[in-house]
Amino acid sequence: MAIERQQVEQLARLARLSLDESTLARTTASLGDVLALIDQLQAADTTGIEPMAHPLDAVQRLRDDVVTEPNQREALQAIAPAVQDGLFLVPKVIE
Amino acid sequence: MSWETVIGLEIHVQLATKTKIFSGSSTAFGAEPNTQACAIDLALPGTLPVLNAEAVRMALLFGLAINAEIPKRSVFERKNYFYPDLPKGYQTSQLAEPIVGAGYIDIDLANGSSKRVRIHHAHLEEDAGKSLHEDFAGQSGIDLNRAGTPLIEIVTEPDIRTAEEAVAFAKKLHAIVTTLGICDGEMSQGSMRFDVNISVRKPGAPLGTRTETKNLNSFRFMEEAIALEVERQIDVIEDGGRVIQETRLYNGDTKTARSMRSKEEANDYRYFPCPDLLPVVIEDSYLAQLRASLPELPDAKRKRFVEQYGLSQDDATQLSAERATSEFYEQTVTASGDAKLAANWVMVELMAALKRSNLAVQHSPVSSEQLGGMIARIKDGTISGKIAKQVFELMWTEGGSADDIIDKQGLKQVSDSGAIEKIVDDIIAANPQQVENYRGASEDKRPKMLGFFVGQIMKVSQGKANPQQVNEILLKKLS
Amino acid sequence: MIDMHNLSDIHGLTLAQTAHALAEKKFSSREVTQHYLDRIARLDKNYNAFITVTADLALAEADAADARRAAGNAAFLTGVPFAHKDIFCTQGVRTSCGSRMLDNFISPYDATVVAKYREQGMVMLGKTNMDEFAMGSSNETSFYGPVKNPWDTGCVPGGSSGGSAASVAARLVPGATATDTGGSIRQPAALCGITGLKPTYGRVSRWGMIAFASSLDQAGPMARTAEDVALMLGAMAGFDPKDSTVLDRPVPDYTATLANDLTGLKIGVPREYFGEGLHADTATQVQNALREYEKLGATLVDISLPHSALAVPAYYVIAPAECSANLSRFDGVRYGHRCEKPQDLNDLYCRSRAEGFGEEVKRRILVGAYALSAGFYDAYYRKAQQVRRLIQQDFVDAFKQVDVIMGPTSPSPAFAFGSKGSDPVAMYLEDIYTIATNLAGLPGMSLPCGFVDSKPVGLQIIGNYFDEARMLNVAHRYQLTTAWHTQSPVEAVV
Ligand SMILES: [Mg+2]
Ligand SMILES: [Zn+2]
Repeated sequence: MAIERQQVEQLARLARLSLDESTLARTTASLGDVLALIDQLQAADTTGIEPMAHPLDAVQRLRDDVVTEPNQREALQAIAPAVQDGLFLVPKVIE
Repeated sequence: MSWETVIGLEIHVQLATKTKIFSGSSTAFGAEPNTQACAIDLALPGTLPVLNAEAVRMALLFGLAINAEIPKRSVFERKNYFYPDLPKGYQTSQLAEPIVGAGYIDIDLANGSSKRVRIHHAHLEEDAGKSLHEDFAGQSGIDLNRAGTPLIEIVTEPDIRTAEEAVAFAKKLHAIVTTLGICDGEMSQGSMRFDVNISVRKPGAPLGTRTETKNLNSFRFMEEAIALEVERQIDVIEDGGRVIQETRLYNGDTKTARSMRSKEEANDYRYFPCPDLLPVVIEDSYLAQLRASLPELPDAKRKRFVEQYGLSQDDATQLSAERATSEFYEQTVTASGDAKLAANWVMVELMAALKRSNLAVQHSPVSSEQLGGMIARIKDGTISGKIAKQVFELMWTEGGSADDIIDKQGLKQVSDSGAIEKIVDDIIAANPQQVENYRGASEDKRPKMLGFFVGQIMKVSQGKANPQQVNEILLKKLS
Repeated sequence: MIDMHNLSDIHGLTLAQTAHALAEKKFSSREVTQHYLDRIARLDKNYNAFITVTADLALAEADAADARRAAGNAAFLTGVPFAHKDIFCTQGVRTSCGSRMLDNFISPYDATVVAKYREQGMVMLGKTNMDEFAMGSSNETSFYGPVKNPWDTGCVPGGSSGGSAASVAARLVPGATATDTGGSIRQPAALCGITGLKPTYGRVSRWGMIAFASSLDQAGPMARTAEDVALMLGAMAGFDPKDSTVLDRPVPDYTATLANDLTGLKIGVPREYFGEGLHADTATQVQNALREYEKLGATLVDISLPHSALAVPAYYVIAPAECSANLSRFDGVRYGHRCEKPQDLNDLYCRSRAEGFGEEVKRRILVGAYALSAGFYDAYYRKAQQVRRLIQQDFVDAFKQVDVIMGPTSPSPAFAFGSKGSDPVAMYLEDIYTIATNLAGLPGMSLPCGFVDSKPVGLQIIGNYFDEARMLNVAHRYQLTTAWHTQSPVEAVV
């Protein structure tokens, strides 16, 4: 199944990836190739087959409600691109 | 023909766990920015979630409290969207298989009737951080201390029809989660946030287009926001327009609402099961254990208050709504030995005093023991209700027990008939004209005229004369 | 034969031999560490196997290891040098995951695998090159340039763990850690002529291992021999309270059963792994290996894994879907690449991510977003999850009749750079024999079993859940009677 250019633009919007003209064209083409590959799935008869989300059929382990993480702000913000007064800075958030 | 309002609520309730839902960071409110945000909360590469047992327990307690179905298995999914307060770029939430299934909450309306609101489901999820908009040179500051705080999102069926019902529901929900001890109920700190879905229609017509007003964090704001939105929608329609589905934001200060454009951008959340977490499976034995641990819930408590203490429905409702209030009341009953007097004092004097200095009952300067001790003195006639108000005032400001105050201030009621007779004689002697009139008056007029003498006597005795005795002696002397 | 007293031959020793020599004080950890650092300094410019070499740190760790040994509390692997794939977070050391996005990322914490090797007193020489975010089978997607195959520097080393594979093959390290999401340990091991094992999903903690596809990713070792791999696996496997998906079950001594006799071993040979698409000479080498196993007392059983053809399509829905969410955290806000002068929030996101990610990573993010988007979820994601179960069931049925499954690791030997052209699917088919085990969560390994045009060929062994000990035993017995694993490439000339 081929994919339309504007579908790719919409996906790029969802994924927050800016694609310039040339990339967009190339990506649209190669996505078409990949979709052709995954479309082979449609041939499989999966009626009544329970989807498998995980290789293990184990259940979730639970953690005790105990504080184990001290304040590590300094170490964790040492690698941040922009901080002020202990806050991570981003361009103004408009709600 | 008038309009019918249809309301459904989504409520985010912060669970009162010590740590976050997927990390060991503290959830304490009001810490310095990002001092309670660990590598997991910051979504550092390679970090992984492990589920907090207490968050599961609290969600299940809520489910049991609203008589909900509790599925054997629930699954966490990823809700994908970008926002600076959402470090992973997805919110770990539940969709297809929530931890709490369908249940219901009965609400009490002013006219004394009650109504059942169905709960569609409640699911576990993580809270987001906060974007601080005060200016950082045109930028926003992100604080992730709140990110990862456990929430249950409770989703009702569209069963609510008025703002009053919505508020009654919100108050009942608040009473339930605080009684369960799964939420601190601090609305001003965002511990409970309401999203209100509103549409209007002509009765019997299909549902109209709904709007969602988000993040209302007080009962009053919710009431105002609903009234405002209902009015807006009706105007739009009656002016020949049509309501568009949108997310709206209510401003409690300006009492206005606006559309949240940022949320309008067509969102496709691409939910899918979170591969870092396995299905949560609830053992029947554990559920039974939790059921056994359920505290007495507001409805049961109210019923008991009516039966055990002979309170009216209204009084019982008021006293059973909040865990702290009901506990204070019952301790006062024990200390005073009079349930009716205790109810009146807690609901009238105590509540008024708390409201004046806007304190929560758990921070009342007058303890249930102090109040109960004072009520006991009213009961045994040591002081009159009128004097009691003074005693309460002093307990509130200076502290101390009622007995000490009564002694120190010499407020003990005079029940010595000799002393009272003396006062009565003086008053009669001092008011010959009134005595004349009284004696000349017809039976039906007399009680009212008697009040004059009682008043005089109480004045002279500074309110300490035993009212019953005063009456008896007066009548004897005047007849 | 290696002269233990001639330090210039140290790199001729296997990891196990190195550990024994250290125990016997034939040389110090500092000496062996310095020896390998010198080789890296001299030779890696030809291979580009390392993104970061941590020489000073390594020598400090070596001295600490020697002190520990002197104090008499050394573990068996104390002082043994090795390298970590640059996908494992290493505190205080750049952890790039082969991406510009993390070129500036100094991890503030250690992965569990890293911590476990530290506890052993092993000596990290550096961080190895890899396909960006482990997405690739040729190492051509690395932001740091491709790794060259030591057997033919005009060819790819395979991927995504190409740096680890090449560094072991070129004798720049005795062993290296790696990860495998669809074949990223086994395929480069095959193309570089070394031994590598992808454990059962849930055997090794994923904490601190930068996620590509969380339900498929698994860490494992790469080295020259099955014995070395057994030692390295024993040191990295086990429970971890920080990972909800790692199982709490005892870790056996994988070396204890290495020499077990193979008489009566039932080897399943899946028809579907020898069909068209398999390079003829590669097939011959694999067949020869199977003959060798018959000599060792094993019997071959013809089996079928009927849904094999659907493995690659299912994988290219599931892996991209998971990665599309896993990579959303790279947004230029808290760490990693941030674009210059963002116009607004959306610009910050879109440009930081567009600049930070390479083309293959972007492609997979978009494929994943597509497979999960409204209206396509059932047709792609849900369908792929159903097919995943069918594939698992194929293996469950097969292991009712056989002890292990064997076949080729990859369809052909190392290929020339750029030879897969612009169609990504051609590259995806490199993993046609390895992907199914990741979908099922089964353990798989690759060991050298011959050469084609003087390029190595890998034999794949697929085991039942948590049956790594038997797989290593099966591999070790083969290596006792064959010499493919002892071959090393001639040092590329500077
Ligand atoms: Mg909501
Ligand atoms: Zn929510």
